[in-house]
Amino acid sequence: MVVFSKNPVHSVLFLILAFFNAAGLFVLLGAEFVAMILVIVYVGAVAVMFLFVVMMLDINYTELRKGVQDYLPIGLLIGFILLVEMVFIVGGWSMTDGIATTITSATPPANEITNTDAIGRILYTDYVYLFQLAGLILLVAMIGAIVLTHRKRPGVKKQNIGEQVRRRRHEAFEAVDVKPGQGI
Amino acid sequence: MMLEIGIEHYLTVAAMLFTLGVFGIFLNRKNVIIILLSVELILLSVNINLVAFSSFMGDMVGQVFTMLILTVAAAEASIGLAILVVYFRNRGTIAVEDIHLMKG
Repeated sequence: MVVFSKNPVHSVLFLILAFFNAAGLFVLLGAEFVAMILVIVYVGAVAVMFLFVVMMLDINYTELRKGVQDYLPIGLLIGFILLVEMVFIVGGWSMTDGIATTITSATPPANEITNTDAIGRILYTDYVYLFQLAGLILLVAMIGAIVLTHRKRPGVKKQNIGEQVRRRRHEAFEAVDVKPGQGI
Repeated sequence: MMLEIGIEHYLTVAAMLFTLGVFGIFLNRKNVIIILLSVELILLSVNINLVAFSSFMGDMVGQVFTMLILTVAAAEASIGLAILVVYFRNRGTIAVEDIHLMKG
């Protein structure tokens, strides 16, 4: 539905539906914190941003869909091949015996500490560099987005503090000796 | 008949989502917005895989990496949309096939 709908707004709404479903799957898997993060971050921020951009740009979408018929067969072919490959992988796949020894930080029992607590205990200790890296990525993305979309418009009145401070008395006003009975 | 939900079912859902995402990229070659949405779908399928393995193997690291992927996906979406907005301001359309006409 995300892919096939004619209206991009519907696509975004179906993407939100897909994210809600994935969050439900995460709750079923016992990863409540990731599920809530998914709902908050994706449905609350990313999807709304997509909707904002879709509605802000005034685009003729019917013209954009003209080439869909040409790409349908090759897309179907590649999608089918990919799906068959992944079905083969899922079918012929098993865990090795020694896999239990490779677990680096085991999930604590759910009746002792909560999922959020468990994530926090390893995220801020073992994976603190990863955490900082995520923050750095977000910072760079924020700066990049602002730099890309910021533009200077002519004719906008803005306060320029540096210029205000730099003004001196002699350039701000001048004293004129006005004779009585005459104008300036 | 009760069906036991194993890791294979989650992997199948993730595989279907991944295939849909790739298929969407091929189908909507002209519309950048749909391509970005498809990339989000692919990243979501990766997340489902990671959380499924993390849950079934009892290892918390998968969920930590899932959050890193969420961060990267959010950053990618914001940068992609920013580029899209700039491109639309310059050209008045978002057809990807005209991008090779760009100069400078």
